[in-house]
Amino acid sequence: MHEMSIAMNLVQIAVEQAQSAGVGRINRLDVEIGSLAGVEIAALSFCYESARKGTLCDEAELAIIEIPGRGRCAACATETDVDFFVAFCPGCGGGLEIVRGRELRLKSLNVD
Amino acid sequence: MCDTCGCSQPGDAVTFRKPGEGHEHNHHHHDHGHDHAHDHDHDHHHHHEPASRTLAVEQDLLQRNNALAERNRGWFEAKGILALNLVSSPGSGKTTLLERTIADLGGELDFAVIEGDQQTLNDAERIAATGAPVLQVNTGHGCHLDAEMIKRATRDLGVAEGAVLMIENVGNLVCPALFDLGEAAKVVIISVTEGDDKPQKYPTMFAAADLCLINKTDLLPYVDFDVDACEAHARAVNPRLEFVRLSATKGEGMDAWYAWLRTRRADVGR
Repeated sequence: MHEMSIAMNLVQIAVEQAQSAGVGRINRLDVEIGSLAGVEIAALSFCYESARKGTLCDEAELAIIEIPGRGRCAACATETDVDFFVAFCPGCGGGLEIVRGRELRLKSLNVD
Repeated sequence: MCDTCGCSQPGDAVTFRKPGEGHEHNHHHHDHGHDHAHDHDHDHHHHHEPASRTLAVEQDLLQRNNALAERNRGWFEAKGILALNLVSSPGSGKTTLLERTIADLGGELDFAVIEGDQQTLNDAERIAATGAPVLQVNTGHGCHLDAEMIKRATRDLGVAEGAVLMIENVGNLVCPALFDLGEAAKVVIISVTEGDDKPQKYPTMFAAADLCLINKTDLLPYVDFDVDACEAHARAVNPRLEFVRLSATKGEGMDAWYAWLRTRRADVGR
């Protein structure tokens, strides 16, 4: 599953950031995952357990911040919560532009 | 253990091989970025324990792949190479489609092919028989090709300027959608033996594609596949998706695919 590639990237980015900041220990990874990002959170957590072994993230907790999808109508500027990347404006029926929910980002590290 | 020569290289290493290379093959370990955390910070002697702090990162997890993909894209455009990412479920007929396309257009266009599968050289051997240069990437346990593999494979293959580079991705309608390879377009292939609700069940891939080829049309008399319904389902997730109905084995409908190819190649870099 592709969540393994993503978990490995996550660990790599966290380690690089920690090393360049001269950090002693990583306690926690704060990761934002949008509901429309195409990533299964349970699968990512599962893969992270494996990907972190033997790295600076070995003892680091994975804290996932789920970001719900949100769409905006270009025609009438209405914003609505959405759970699919194809969504329509409840007001005028126009297609919604997705403005939130596609995030797949390491936001921060909690370090010592 | 490697299934080709029995050497001790783990079977899950990503490999890059040309057909007929026999026992000579490159084992390429994908960069996993595993560092060993043996160090503790010995140098900081504070008179109090430092409190935990938050280190802002704000980095996209696919950034590395996306950045590499953009480099690939720039390189292809500079060389006038039309790179296409062919995606589908396993068994839709991608390789047969390529065999037919290369046989019909090989006199007019230069082709190069990167084949992706978990294991075997089977598809690359079929393409080699057409005379087109081809390289097989075996991903081991991997479920998709990524930009780094394409960068390496393109370099090893030696793709001519102005060529059409066909990248036949691992058969998988889910994972490849997230991994930009640097292609000019994604072509999703579905066959009429698969069920016309495929675009509803796998919307991410259909949303990411530019062209949808509906293959095995010669089998339509024998299956319950509503082609119009399939196209409607796909348009619902991607209004700009174009369609061609064809049969790679019988040669029906291939002209529209060839016309699309020629147009796209003429447009490279514009």
